[in-house]
Amino acid sequence: MTTASPAVSARRRRIRTLATVTLIAALSAALVGCSSGTAKSGQTTITLYNAQHEQTTTALIKAFTAKTGIAVKVDNDDEDVLTAKIEQEGSRSPADVIFTENSNWLQQLAGHGLLAKVAASTLAAVPPADSAQDHEWVGVSARVSAMVYNTKDLTASQLPTSVLDLADPKWRGKIEIAPSETDFWPVVSSVADTYGRARALAWLKGLKANAGANVVPDNETIVADVNKGVAQLGIINHYYWHRLVAENSASSIHSALAYFAAGNAGYIKTISGAAVLKSSTHSAAAQKFVAFLVSHDGQTAIANSESFEYPLAPGVAANSADTPLNQLSPSGFTSAEFGTGAEAKKLLQEAQLL
Amino acid sequence: MGEGLASVTRPRGARRGGRSRALTVVVVVIGVLLLLPLIAVIADAQSAGWSEISFVLFRPRSATLLLNTLALPLVVTPLAAVLGTAAAWFTERTALPGRRIWTILVVLPIAMPDFIVGYAWHTIAPTADPFAAAVLVMTLSSYPLIYLPASAALRRSDPALEEAAHSLGLSSTRTFFRVVLPSIRSAILAGCLIVVLVLVSEYGAFEIVRFQTFTTEVFTEFQVDPNAAGALSIPLVLIGILVVVGESLVPVPRSSARPGMARPSLVELGARAIAVAAGFAGLVVLSVGVPVGALLYWMLSSQHTTLPAQATVLQATLTTCEYCAGGALLAVLLAIPVAVLSDRRRRGLALVVERSTYLTLALPGVVIAVSLIFLALRFAFGLYETSWLVIVGYAIITFPLALSCVKTSVRQAPAELTAMGRSLGRSGVFVFLRVTLPLLAPGLVAGFCLVFLTASTELTATLVLQPPDTVTLSTQFWAFQSETAYGAAAPYGLVIIVLSMVPGTLLAIWFDRLGHRQAKASNQ
Repeated sequence: MTTASPAVSARRRRIRTLATVTLIAALSAALVGCSSGTAKSGQTTITLYNAQHEQTTTALIKAFTAKTGIAVKVDNDDEDVLTAKIEQEGSRSPADVIFTENSNWLQQLAGHGLLAKVAASTLAAVPPADSAQDHEWVGVSARVSAMVYNTKDLTASQLPTSVLDLADPKWRGKIEIAPSETDFWPVVSSVADTYGRARALAWLKGLKANAGANVVPDNETIVADVNKGVAQLGIINHYYWHRLVAENSASSIHSALAYFAAGNAGYIKTISGAAVLKSSTHSAAAQKFVAFLVSHDGQTAIANSESFEYPLAPGVAANSADTPLNQLSPSGFTSAEFGTGAEAKKLLQEAQLL
Repeated sequence: MGEGLASVTRPRGARRGGRSRALTVVVVVIGVLLLLPLIAVIADAQSAGWSEISFVLFRPRSATLLLNTLALPLVVTPLAAVLGTAAAWFTERTALPGRRIWTILVVLPIAMPDFIVGYAWHTIAPTADPFAAAVLVMTLSSYPLIYLPASAALRRSDPALEEAAHSLGLSSTRTFFRVVLPSIRSAILAGCLIVVLVLVSEYGAFEIVRFQTFTTEVFTEFQVDPNAAGALSIPLVLIGILVVVGESLVPVPRSSARPGMARPSLVELGARAIAVAAGFAGLVVLSVGVPVGALLYWMLSSQHTTLPAQATVLQATLTTCEYCAGGALLAVLLAIPVAVLSDRRRRGLALVVERSTYLTLALPGVVIAVSLIFLALRFAFGLYETSWLVIVGYAIITFPLALSCVKTSVRQAPAELTAMGRSLGRSGVFVFLRVTLPLLAPGLVAGFCLVFLTASTELTATLVLQPPDTVTLSTQFWAFQSETAYGAAAPYGLVIIVLSMVPGTLLAIWFDRLGHRQAKASNQ
């Protein structure tokens, strides 16, 4: 092997060195430049750990900042992730407020002593049964569990009247479930409360067998799949179907929403709520934000958004696409009964669904 | 001068002892840093307690997951090996029309994020069997990992042997199996091991096609039950150790290149050329055309979504570039000392550090990310939720890739040249800048490209590590994709592909040149 020929390659090498050094310098500069963000001074900023759908929160935050001048920094993630994050961060958590889709995660945080009490005037804005009994979180919106079915494959009269029927072998290969989505957990918990643990476990095993490969990560996938005919029937919360309708042209909707028989264990109302963290360094502003969520303005923002969840404050009408809540007849299952959701999780794990 | 000559002929002379020791210390520190996530996994699993570990690990679901995790590599790796090797042979040894263009086109699938390939096929065939879909998607996206080393090995191997076989009356087919294949076998095996590691730690594509493995399960468990996730990573670490041990059993690809090596005479394909070219075109259409086509289709179908975008395409692109360039720079910088030490001493410490970093390839990105968060919360709160953590995460995840490129260059840069520079009385810094760095430059740029490319398609670690308020192209694509807002996701996906095409193409060219340079070097 010989070394390079003198003059030409020496020059080429010098150019190459120069190029490499320049490249590294430019990249370092770009990096430093990019990472030094500037914050607006003189304005209070609270950090919101948001697990609610951004469809719901974007309008809310905008309205809140317009009204109070308090800026909101949002960290969007799944509710389980944000809960685990707060537990890991402990007293150093940057979060001031957490807003979840399901109440169990708030209850879990309350159990670990990480939440502050919500102001009494805030709690008074919504029915007491829809907030934490120990005042550590406030209910913001309600959702109702429902069936979505493909209208080409099924008619309303063919639908099961009880959630237990879905474990029947006649539904093999026809249903789709999303067990890792917390929205499904209150249904599991309600079935266990109504029929006992053993029957609930057997029911879950039946569901697993019937779903086969159609075990998916979330309700958005269930509605899309049922609409496409990948599966005939799925259990979701009502608003997922309304969002599907809002996102697609009428001609491409081949699905409909239906409910189990009145009071059935699979027909429940669940609560999405918010809480102020005990570790919050802006607790006054954080309390203001939570109060805004249940205020007339906040609740109206929810009703007018593409969230399709039910506002909880009396006197605020739901989105006109929704069936009014007082025309539905869910069972009496409450968020207090749902608790931290630990029992539902354990059952799902035992059924090998999680 | 005499002393200088001595150091040229005796590069491991006594005077270099001190510098060598310093290098060793640096390498050890780098090794420990890179293995921190592994230590955190062990700590995490330990804190969960044995009963928790045994509950999540020893149940029927784990058996299903284990079966899936192992069955996929068993099917995909041979398929990718056949495709990759065949493509390499045709581009290196036959008079295939448009050879140079194919050498770039067949490498392009590495610029396709697996989750986009998965998305494309899933939107085409939503009811496909999960296993079949996973096999298709992963074969199409991983065969270049075999093609690259196989074609490089072909360029290094001496065609005289093949010609001798020919002249003894062996057919092209028999020559291939009796002469060519044995000479590139170790390169193919090395590629296969990387494929296995990629398959074991893949998340996005499997989540989309609904194929459940330990990695997808770990990601789910990190959400619902973080304690269990540490335990579920244990099988992945074990698989990683097995693969790394397997890798150390594969002999180092030995070049049969020799001075005066002739250029190979190319096999004339005749009428078969059309069939082969069609095969190549088909492969490129399936692996590149389909994903790009699906993205364009969804983009043009302008489906409405109720989910607001967290960042515009431009914002997400800038964020992605910042993180990826940072990660690539860090990974390459860390790789230099390890590569230099491992080149000087093929055994011992450097080898241990080098091999152990491969373990991170088997770990899902999310495990590394969660470990970094665990460490940042305890020991470096200032870094928590900053871009730096993403950059460090990328550097750890991609370190083995950076190392492989840098090592190739270090191996080609004769230590004698550096020693000679020093013997001429130049300072260490001067020699590094004027001699070592230019010699390494192509490898550093290639390493940078490979890391940038891999990082821009990274998903799970980014999901966990990205600071609030920022999204990258891949995480915004994922957010839309998981809400089945395929139309809104598509532009982000297309930009990822365009962005990674640049380093992807540079890389393909580097590999191409590398072979030719090696062949030329042996000719001189």
